[in-house]
Amino acid sequence: MKIVVCIKQVPSTEAKVQMDPTKGTLIREGVESIINPFDEYAIEEGVRLKESYGGEVTVISMGPPQAKDALKTALAMGADKAVLLSDRAFAGSDTLATSYTLSLGIRKIGDVDIVICGKQATDGDTAQVGPGLAQRLKLRQITYVSKIREIDAANKKITAERLIESGTQVVSASLPALITVVKDINQPRIPNIFSIKKATRAEIPVWGARDLGGDPKDFGFDGSPTQVVRIFTPPPRQGGEIIEGEASEAVAKLIEALSSRNIL
Amino acid sequence: MDFDLTEEQQMIKKMVAEFAEKEISPVAAENDLQEKFPSDIVKKMGELGIFGTVIPEEYGGGGFDNIAHAIVAEELGRVDSSVRGIYSVQVSLVALTILKWGNEDQKRKYVPRLASGEILGCFGLTEPNSGSDAVSMQATAVEDGDSYIINGNKMWITNGGVADIAVIFAKTDKNAGARGITAFIVDTKTPGFSTRDIHQKLGLKSSNTAELILTDVRVPKENILGEAGHGFKVAMSALDFGRYTVAAGCVGLAQGCYDAAKKYALERVQFGKPIAGHQLIQEMFADMTVDIEAGRLLVYRVGHLKNKGIPNTREVCVAKLFCSEMVNRVAYKALQVFGGYGFSGEFPIERYYRDARINTLYEGTSQIQKLIIASRDLGISAF
Repeated sequence: MKIVVCIKQVPSTEAKVQMDPTKGTLIREGVESIINPFDEYAIEEGVRLKESYGGEVTVISMGPPQAKDALKTALAMGADKAVLLSDRAFAGSDTLATSYTLSLGIRKIGDVDIVICGKQATDGDTAQVGPGLAQRLKLRQITYVSKIREIDAANKKITAERLIESGTQVVSASLPALITVVKDINQPRIPNIFSIKKATRAEIPVWGARDLGGDPKDFGFDGSPTQVVRIFTPPPRQGGEIIEGEASEAVAKLIEALSSRNIL
Repeated sequence: MDFDLTEEQQMIKKMVAEFAEKEISPVAAENDLQEKFPSDIVKKMGELGIFGTVIPEEYGGGGFDNIAHAIVAEELGRVDSSVRGIYSVQVSLVALTILKWGNEDQKRKYVPRLASGEILGCFGLTEPNSGSDAVSMQATAVEDGDSYIINGNKMWITNGGVADIAVIFAKTDKNAGARGITAFIVDTKTPGFSTRDIHQKLGLKSSNTAELILTDVRVPKENILGEAGHGFKVAMSALDFGRYTVAAGCVGLAQGCYDAAKKYALERVQFGKPIAGHQLIQEMFADMTVDIEAGRLLVYRVGHLKNKGIPNTREVCVAKLFCSEMVNRVAYKALQVFGGYGFSGEFPIERYYRDARINTLYEGTSQIQKLIIASRDLGISAF
């Protein structure tokens, strides 16, 4: 089985992310980067599928050269190959241009049975790239997968559980397909020293716009109809008012305060 | 000079830190309280290849460098010194010593199994009446046909009660002083080999410390490690490996103390602001930072020498002396930051403080480190 896992490098969830209000982007300088946490579940699921059904796992990311670090981590977790899509022409991509670029990369890998994405990235929080990618690649998609029940390799069929608000939905689809995963699906492994060694020795090919072909006007800024009008950090919450004193007095003050605000 | 960690060192650091955080940290306090040997953790460390980090790939390891080896000890030491101690003995005192002095058969037989954690090793040099003065040991090994018969007691042996093999030092020639000592690899299941666990230690409570009692233990001659009569050299080189990870473990433990104190100091409010904002508290943090960073640089310098294959006994002693004293200073200050809460078992700082103490005592006391350093520099030995 040929498995592709799409990953994104995002600012550490422990870092204090600052916005650049004029450019409308995140300030990434000096902020530690990690693999998007949901993508770690995607990698783990890809590696588990390989372990159960055979085949190979290729991880792919679109991003700046330092996104290689994220790909190396994925290799250390057990992926077999990694590809980085990186080109100045890809800068400024919104989810439409990103899914376009990734789709070209996955086409170039070729003959894919299943594409796995995290349900969304923790920086943009759109959850659009996975479904957008399925559309571009003309793949069936199952989003928010919490469990893969079965892959029937002979009949090219996948059955999976989707985590939906009202419960669990069981969906089958024919392969090739794309799934996006939620964190209930597995517990990502800690890499072992041998896979770390293998990862550090791996050569990661970098594919640019020319390698992918495609239409230049669909890449990067030009291919991104979404405009970020404004980005800002909401003001920190102000502390509430503390009413002190004896209970009887304090309760009276509280009632008065609530009444004067038309809450009571 | 290059002060950056390589990509693989960074990846090892991240991996071991994640392992320590997820697998060790949640159970460390309870294991300490119960004096419980962390068998599950040791098993998982074996599965992840952690014991094999610095072991060459041809002997079942990962083939990482000596700085990665120190980083492992540091990250383990940051959360649990007992686990770090198990690692130090298994890898530095036993596996690396067999790699350096063993013949090919011995290396093939033992090192891959030590790297995978399939077997545990211990190191028997110290005796009830022989510590710093190792040459005065009383254990004997008497030639008998194809074997040696070993008699003697070994004291304060980390992993002693749980080990599958022991590197044992004994006198094969009582009249030859240091040149009369021989090292053996002893299977701990050999008849006559027994152990007694030592309890009520001040720290390292979840690591196993035992006395080894060897009564007419028959060891085949092929189990001599190095050559007969060269045991003292084997022991001293083993300590060069061991002291290195002790020093690294001290840096990790000191970092753990610092991190715990920092978290507390930013949360604890007195006089209307977090205590981290008080000048005398800040002085303690600055002192701790300088101490930890200096210690880390000393350790990595030794790693650099080891990577280049340059003799480093003196530099290891410098790092071990500094780091073991340093971690006690840092643990003292970190606990001071906690005030009365530091004196209780509510925070890990209490365990860290107790665990810090052993480091100036084992693998050569601070005083012995000083005598080695000064004798190397002055050309006159004090003992």
